[in-house]
Amino acid sequence: MRDAQTEVTRALLQPPRTPALLMFVALVLVPLAARFGAESFILSVFTRTIIFAIAALSLDLILGYGALVSFGHAAFMGIGSYAVGILATHGVDEILLQMLVAMLAAIVFAVATSAVSLRASGVYYIMSTLAFGQMLYFFAVSLSAYGGDDGLTLSGRSRLLGTHILANDRAFYYVALALLAGFYLLAQRITASRFGRVLRGIRENPVRMRAIGFEPFRYQLTACALAGAVCAISGVLLANLAEFVSPAYMTWQRSGELLAMVILGGMGTLWGAILGAIAFLLLEEVLSGLTEQWRLILGPILILVALGGRGGLAGLYARLRRRTGGGAP
Amino acid sequence: MSSPLLAVDSLRKSFGTLVVSDDVSLTIEPGELHALIGPNGAGKTTLIHQLSGTLTSDHGRIVFDGGDITSLSLAQRVRLGLARSFQITSILPDFTVLENVAVAAQARAGSSFRFFAPVGDEAALNESAHGALARVGLSERSAVRAGSLAHGEKRLLELAIALATAPRLLLLDEPLAGLGQEESKAAIALLRRLKSEVTIVLVEHDMDAVFDLADRISVLVNGRVIATGTPREIRGSAHVRAAYLGDEVPL
Ligand SMILES: Nc1ncnc2c1ncn2[C@@H]1O[C@H](COP(=O)(O)OP(=O)(O)O)[C@@H](O)[C@H]1O
Ligand SMILES: [Mg+2]
Repeated sequence: MRDAQTEVTRALLQPPRTPALLMFVALVLVPLAARFGAESFILSVFTRTIIFAIAALSLDLILGYGALVSFGHAAFMGIGSYAVGILATHGVDEILLQMLVAMLAAIVFAVATSAVSLRASGVYYIMSTLAFGQMLYFFAVSLSAYGGDDGLTLSGRSRLLGTHILANDRAFYYVALALLAGFYLLAQRITASRFGRVLRGIRENPVRMRAIGFEPFRYQLTACALAGAVCAISGVLLANLAEFVSPAYMTWQRSGELLAMVILGGMGTLWGAILGAIAFLLLEEVLSGLTEQWRLILGPILILVALGGRGGLAGLYARLRRRTGGGAP
Repeated sequence: MSSPLLAVDSLRKSFGTLVVSDDVSLTIEPGELHALIGPNGAGKTTLIHQLSGTLTSDHGRIVFDGGDITSLSLAQRVRLGLARSFQITSILPDFTVLENVAVAAQARAGSSFRFFAPVGDEAALNESAHGALARVGLSERSAVRAGSLAHGEKRLLELAIALATAPRLLLLDEPLAGLGQEESKAAIALLRRLKSEVTIVLVEHDMDAVFDLADRISVLVNGRVIATGTPREIRGSAHVRAAYLGDEVPL
């Protein structure tokens, strides 16, 4: 017999599998459906969506599970893309190597900045992550050897194990999707692990966690490093998708958009962050096709979701499911 | 006499100009239940904060089991076996009751920098959590979300969490506060059982419970320990009566 706690932990941690599964099945089918339309445009929109889903997923790890409102998360996308740009400039175009460097750089940046930011709490934490993000942004602007303000155009996509397979848009899409799925499963394991439970406990009540023997700082710092490393991978992919690297990848507005994606989708559910990224980018795509002033429409939608209670789209789904008697979510 | 489990020497704490702990010295002997009483605002909670490491002291020294712990953090002291409960209930409301206790057991069972295995499946942690819940009589509520417990049950959960850290010294800040009569009786019976297993510092306003349970009592008034002694000595002290007990405890 399973432990009662195990059951509840599962229910708490693992949202109903169906929506996540459906989402991934739909994403797998996208390239097939794209054949019937403007294929390369659709693929590029959805590849971008998946890349942002990876970034949002990584942010959910600290935001949803650690209650750490980072307003500088886009910095890690920037680190990932500059790892590609700078290494490619010097002839290193193997993506696995670029990813490794990107993750190491992201971990160093995450540890150095979080060691300071985590000393502050609440709004001061937010301010401090924002400030570090802006510092990195201005540093990128000052990198005149790598394009400075204008950014850096790449000569092509990176190689994967020496091959040019990533130049194929469909292959590139599936590589990005495989990475998203891998990170999703990894994040699920992490949030249900010992470490994940400590992180969730600190989110709930840090004093209580101290009073049973945990120093929140060490766990939060580790979570920030993990999230930063994963987010850097999204940056590596973004640079490859656009074949272009720019400081614009790490503006504070971009960090805000990442927060909006996670909140829109539902914090602390992982699949909600992915759904949020999809919803946000597709809305942006559709609305910007309709009008120049699409932000005027997107804004109120986000406000509605924010007012509609915490939980976002994932929360909405859970409530609907409960109402239709689909069992406890 | 054996050496004390906890020795507190000239502890001080002020908030601005308000001196809340004023040169407090105390010893807690192994195995005793030492009650800390005094009027509201006397500084009892603050002293528990200082002993547990929740607050740092301005001055003074705390020695636990022969080692100086004055500069150790709350978490470090817990790992040495000095656990506390809170006057204002402090739990993890979105966790289940069992998980609240299991995570406390987790804290002393190896590293928590483990990222892959599902912690809910760790039988050893769940078993020790069940054990602690059984000790306080909360077994039946283990699968409930902790935030939805009744007040009295939350007080018991606080105790179970503290017990799951395997403490050698328990600092309890008004564990009976807000309990109904029946709940209170059950909790006092529980404290009586616990007292034979672990050394306890008990802050409590229920004088019947205090004089019934305590081996020794210290009286705190305006941040100063004005008397320490057996219940009989404290009851008989004219000084204590004048300063605090007044007519709360009949002769
Ligand atoms: N964080 C704080 N800042 C300022 N004053 C405080 C703080 N905590 C407690 N006090 C004051 O210290 C005194 C002692 O409080 P406390 O230790 O809670 O007393 P007790 O637990 O004996 O009722 C009270 O006058 C209280 O107002
Ligand atoms: Mg008090």
